[in-house]
Amino acid sequence: MSKILIRGAKVLGGEPQDVLIDGETIAEVGTDLGAEGAEVVEAAGKVLLPGLVDLHTHLREPGREDSETVLTGTRAAASGGYTAVFAMANTFPVADTAGVVEQVYRLGREHGYCDVQPIGAVTVGLEGRKLAELGAMHESAAGVTVFSDDGKCVDDAVIMRRALEYVKAFGGVVAQHAQEPRLTEGAQMNEGVVSAELGLGGWPAVAEESVIARDVLLAEHVGSRVHICHLSTAGSVEIVRWAKSRGIQVTAEVTPHHLLLTDELVRTYNPVYKVNPPLRTERDVLALREALADGTIDIVATDHAPHPHEDKDCEWAAAAMGMVGLETALSVVQETMVDTGLLDWAGVADRMSVKPARIGQAAGHGRPVSAGEPANLTLVDTEYRGRVDPAGFASRSRNTPYEGRELPGRVTHTWLRGKATLVDGKLT
Amino acid sequence: MQRHLISAADLTRDDAVLILDTAEEMARVADRPIKKLPTLRGRTIVNLFFEDSTRTRISFEAAEKRLSADVINFTAKGSSVSKGESLKDTAQTLEAMGVDAVVIRHGASGAPYRLANSGWVDAAVINAGDGTHQHPTQALLDAFTMRRRLIGRDAGLGQDLSGKRITVVGDVLHSRVARSNVDLLHTLGAEVTLVAPPTLVPVGVESWPCAVSYDLDSTLPKCDAVMMLRVQRERMNAAFFPTEREYSRRYGLDGDRMAKLPEHAIVMHPGPMVRGMEITAEVADSDRCTAIEQVANGVSIRMAVLYLLLGGNEPAQTRTEEK
Repeated sequence: MSKILIRGAKVLGGEPQDVLIDGETIAEVGTDLGAEGAEVVEAAGKVLLPGLVDLHTHLREPGREDSETVLTGTRAAASGGYTAVFAMANTFPVADTAGVVEQVYRLGREHGYCDVQPIGAVTVGLEGRKLAELGAMHESAAGVTVFSDDGKCVDDAVIMRRALEYVKAFGGVVAQHAQEPRLTEGAQMNEGVVSAELGLGGWPAVAEESVIARDVLLAEHVGSRVHICHLSTAGSVEIVRWAKSRGIQVTAEVTPHHLLLTDELVRTYNPVYKVNPPLRTERDVLALREALADGTIDIVATDHAPHPHEDKDCEWAAAAMGMVGLETALSVVQETMVDTGLLDWAGVADRMSVKPARIGQAAGHGRPVSAGEPANLTLVDTEYRGRVDPAGFASRSRNTPYEGRELPGRVTHTWLRGKATLVDGKLT
Repeated sequence: MQRHLISAADLTRDDAVLILDTAEEMARVADRPIKKLPTLRGRTIVNLFFEDSTRTRISFEAAEKRLSADVINFTAKGSSVSKGESLKDTAQTLEAMGVDAVVIRHGASGAPYRLANSGWVDAAVINAGDGTHQHPTQALLDAFTMRRRLIGRDAGLGQDLSGKRITVVGDVLHSRVARSNVDLLHTLGAEVTLVAPPTLVPVGVESWPCAVSYDLDSTLPKCDAVMMLRVQRERMNAAFFPTEREYSRRYGLDGDRMAKLPEHAIVMHPGPMVRGMEITAEVADSDRCTAIEQVANGVSIRMAVLYLLLGGNEPAQTRTEEK
C-alpha cells in the first residue's frame, strides 16, 4: 500500500495538521510533513474524524436483498463516513446462529467498504421465548459481542434477566429495543395531540420508558451492562440519567432523526415519517439533544432501515416502519448538535466513533487520530450546505425523511485501514 | 371550496354554511315526483369502498344518481385488492377508466389524504370515512339535521349553529364521527361536550376545541342535541369498560335520562344503532330521535357536496393543477 498525506485538516476540529498514512496505519501526525512518495489530499478547512462507527444498521441481507445488501449497505456506510457498522439480527433467516453471523461478517470483509460486525439475536427467531446460542455466536469467526432482538422487545422479564446474566461470561452486551408490546398494539405514531387528531393508533412514551426502567434495574440486580437502542423520549432520558447516577452500567443511543424531526410531520400521512420508535414531540427532541451533549446518551446510531419504494408509497397504516440514515447521519448531527453549539467536533468523534466502538468492542475503530493507530478516518467538508437528493444515495433504498431538505456538511473522504473507500464524495 | 373533501377541519364557516344551504335546495328535489337533476350528466363517480358500509355507500350512490352522474361501485372484497393490489394501483386503474371523482371509504386513517395529495390521481377525492380519522359528510349531515330541527328549515338558511350546545356520547377514541363533528360544530359556532368513560377518550384530546366530561347525567340538562355514538361490544374485551351492562348504566341513553333533556332537545345517532347498548328502543323510536331523518338528510348533503366540488356544469377538463 502507498502513502497518503492528508494536508491541513482540522483534526477533531482543532488546529490544522498533516496526517500521513502509511499502509494500513497512521504513520505521523504533525505540521509541514513531507509529501515524498505520498498521494496528497488537500484538506484545508475540512475536519478529520476517526472513521464513524454505527452500532445500529439494518443491512437486510440475507433475506431482503430487494431493499439492501451487505454490499449496497456498506457502500452507503462508506459514503456517510462510516468505517464500521453493526448489522442488526432481524434478517431472514434471523441472525441467531453462528452460521448466519459468519456469513454476514464474511460478506462485509469481502466487499471491503466498511467493517461489518454482526449483532446476534438474543432469542431464537426474535420470538422472545428461548435464548439463542449466544456463546456460539461469540466464539464464531464473527466474534459477536452485541446481542439484540431489535425490531422486537425482549419483553419477558425473565428472558431479559437471563440474557443480561449470560453474556457476562464473555463480556457481551444486550441492546434492548424498549417497547412494551401490549401498550403498543396497533401503534402507528407517537401518542399525543397529533395522534388524537389524525386518528392513528398511539405509541405512548410510557411503553418505552417502562421497559428501560425495568431493564436498568435488572442490569443493576445482576451486575451486567445493558444498552438501550434508539431512545426517543424525554422520560427515557431521565431514567437513564438516574440509572447512571446510581452507577448502573447502562449506555444509550439516539438516532439522527429523533434529534431533528417531530410527530407534526405525520400530519402529511406520508409514511416516509413512519418509524419505530416513532417521531416524538419538540420537547423530546430538545431533551435528547441536551442528553447527547451532556453524555447521558452515549452515542448516535442511525437505525438505518431500508425499505423498498412500494412499502412507503401507500397508506400510512400499510407502510413499513423505518428510515435510511447512513448517508445523512453526520449532516443531521452537525445541524442539530454542532451548529447549535451543543457539541464540538471532538464531541462528535466521541459520540459517533469512540463510544460506539467501545460499546461494541470494535477493535481498531474509534481510536485517536495519532501515529501508530489504524488509519480509519473520515474527512468532512463542514462548510458545505446542500439539499438531500436520494437519487444520489449508494443505498439500494430511498426512504429518507430529508428529501429536499437543506443540511450542512458533506463527507468527502473515508479511509478503511488506509484504503480509500470514498474520494471526493465518490465511492471507490 | 377546496377541490377535495378530506376533513371537516378543512371547511371554513362559509364553506359549511354554503353546503348546508345547497343541501336544502337539494332536499326539495326529493320532494318532487321525479327526484333527479341533470347537473352531473356525463360525469363518472366511483364509490371506492375498502370497508363494508352499506348505508354510506347507498347514500352516496343515491346522491350521485339524483345528480345524473354515472356511478361505478367498487368494493374491495373479491376484487384485485384482496389479491394484494395497492391503493395507488387501484386508484390509478380506476382513473384510467375516466373517473371524475373518487368517493373513498378506507380502514386506514389518512388513506383519502394520501390519495388526494400523493400525485397518484387527478380526480376529486371525497372522504366517506377513513379509519378513526374523519367522516366529513357525516358531520355535515348532522349539522344539517341540527340546523333544521333547532332553527328551522327556512329560518336556518344562511345560519350557522352559534350558541348551540351539543353533547357527543360514547366511543370517541375510535370514532371518526366524533372527530368530524367536533371540528365542524366548532367551526359553526356550537359548543361541544364529549362524554365518555376516560378509556374511550384519546390522549391528546386537550387540544380539541371542546369540553370533555365523564358524567352524562350532569351534561344532559344543558344541551340542545345529544349525539349517541355506536359502541362496539368487542371493546369490552380490550378492557375499555368492564361489561356491556355497566356501560349502558353509565353512558347509555334510556327514557329516564332522555327526560332530563330540555324539551326542545333532540337525540341523534349516526347509525347503525346498537339497541340496548348506547340507546334503548324507547329512545330510538321516540319522536325526539332523528336517526332516520339523518339518513334522509345524508343524501341531500352528499348531493350538495358533489354539486359544489364537481362544479356543476363546468367541463371536467379543468382539474390538473395539483399533480
